[in-house]
Amino acid sequence: MARAPHDYDDIPGTFVFDAERSRQGYGINMFCMSLMKDANRKAFKANEAEYLKKFNLTPEQTEAVLKRDYNRMLELGGNIYFTAKLGATDGHSFQHLAAVMTGASQQDYAAMMLAGGRSVEGNRSKSGKGKPAKSKSKSKSSAKRK
Amino acid sequence: MPAIGAALDNGKTEEPYWKRVFSGFEKSKQWMADTKPDVAIVVYNDHASAFSVEMIPTFALGCAAEFPPADEGWGPRPVPVLKGHPRLAAHIAQSVILDEFDLTVVNKMEVDHGLTVPMNLLFGTPKQWPCPVIPLAVNVVMYPPPTGHRCYMLGKAIRKAVESYPEDLKVVIFGTGGLSHQISGPRAGLINSKWDKSFLDNLTKDPRKLTRIPHIDYMREAGAEGIEMVMWLIMRGALDDRVDEVYRFYTVPASNTAVGHIILENRRKAAPKSKPAGRTKQAAARKAAHRIASKG
Repeated sequence: MARAPHDYDDIPGTFVFDAERSRQGYGINMFCMSLMKDANRKAFKANEAEYLKKFNLTPEQTEAVLKRDYNRMLELGGNIYFTAKLGATDGHSFQHLAAVMTGASQQDYAAMMLAGGRSVEGNRSKSGKGKPAKSKSKSKSSAKRK
Repeated sequence: MPAIGAALDNGKTEEPYWKRVFSGFEKSKQWMADTKPDVAIVVYNDHASAFSVEMIPTFALGCAAEFPPADEGWGPRPVPVLKGHPRLAAHIAQSVILDEFDLTVVNKMEVDHGLTVPMNLLFGTPKQWPCPVIPLAVNVVMYPPPTGHRCYMLGKAIRKAVESYPEDLKVVIFGTGGLSHQISGPRAGLINSKWDKSFLDNLTKDPRKLTRIPHIDYMREAGAEGIEMVMWLIMRGALDDRVDEVYRFYTVPASNTAVGHIILENRRKAAPKSKPAGRTKQAAARKAAHRIASKG
């Protein structure tokens, strides 16, 4: 069943956690929430696939969690504030997750942030059509400038 | 934001990276100490601490007598328990609901770094917080958050409620969240300083312009998580239409985010003779740096 289309689908590199994804990802997010308890973290680490069975995940969601495919988790309804708890359970800093999601090394990601972050130029719109509602005080460069 | 908290909690504030961030708040702490508010209303967002996906209130007003710091994975942050102001909170809830806003009343809630870090930035690290706090948690986790316009109008309703409260109180209101950042997906790391500056400029001089920004513009320009900036409009709506900008600070990065900070005050005007002692409302708008799940 395909997702309903939304205007924000045009934003590159972004999975918006909307009501549909919230419903779809309820299991992933409740699984992540369960990791706030130490006993649950231990049980999960002892047998991950078994632990996940309690949460009614789809096979795709289960695979995404087991593989720590953080982007896929978002695509399938996980929310970053929740999936970060999985990262914490693995002893990973948020920067590790950011590196995985952006396809960079942690070092390169940190360096990018120190240098001022990822630019919005070329990153506004997949279609090239996305423009702010009133661009008076914003840069007028189009999304396709790069 | 957790990173700022971790820096405070682990004594890293003198490291060059963090000194740059914290230095911007020295004047703010002085302003707050000089202001001596009777109560602080703190508009903030929870990060899967008090609220999970089971129940997602759009506006949740903390009416309890106490709000303990949440355990976000490393034990509760070592900050004092926040005292609430149940009487003012109940008064605000009643007034605002009758003004046709759909508030969720919360009588038991832990508060995470989204609230406690701004408290540290403006009040330092005291043994007890110098004033009670009324937390107003806004949903920015599930799209859509309330619109900027809705937030602004809620601010006005809160202002009206505070003014009708029988006791004369000095109230500050914090807006937190943002500034530009994205912490999810391949576009994580996004920062847009031009957008941020324009937002801060208009916050002072033309907030109604900001209320017309659609959600997609926030997400596109300022990052998916930059949509938090709508919360600042609650703070702004509670102030007079005309304000003085008494301080501004901006730096990039703090962990994964742009840090923006602005202090606005209602323009002083001579109080009419027939009015009871005027209430002053001042505002500290703050920004939270986002970083999830880490010790920094």
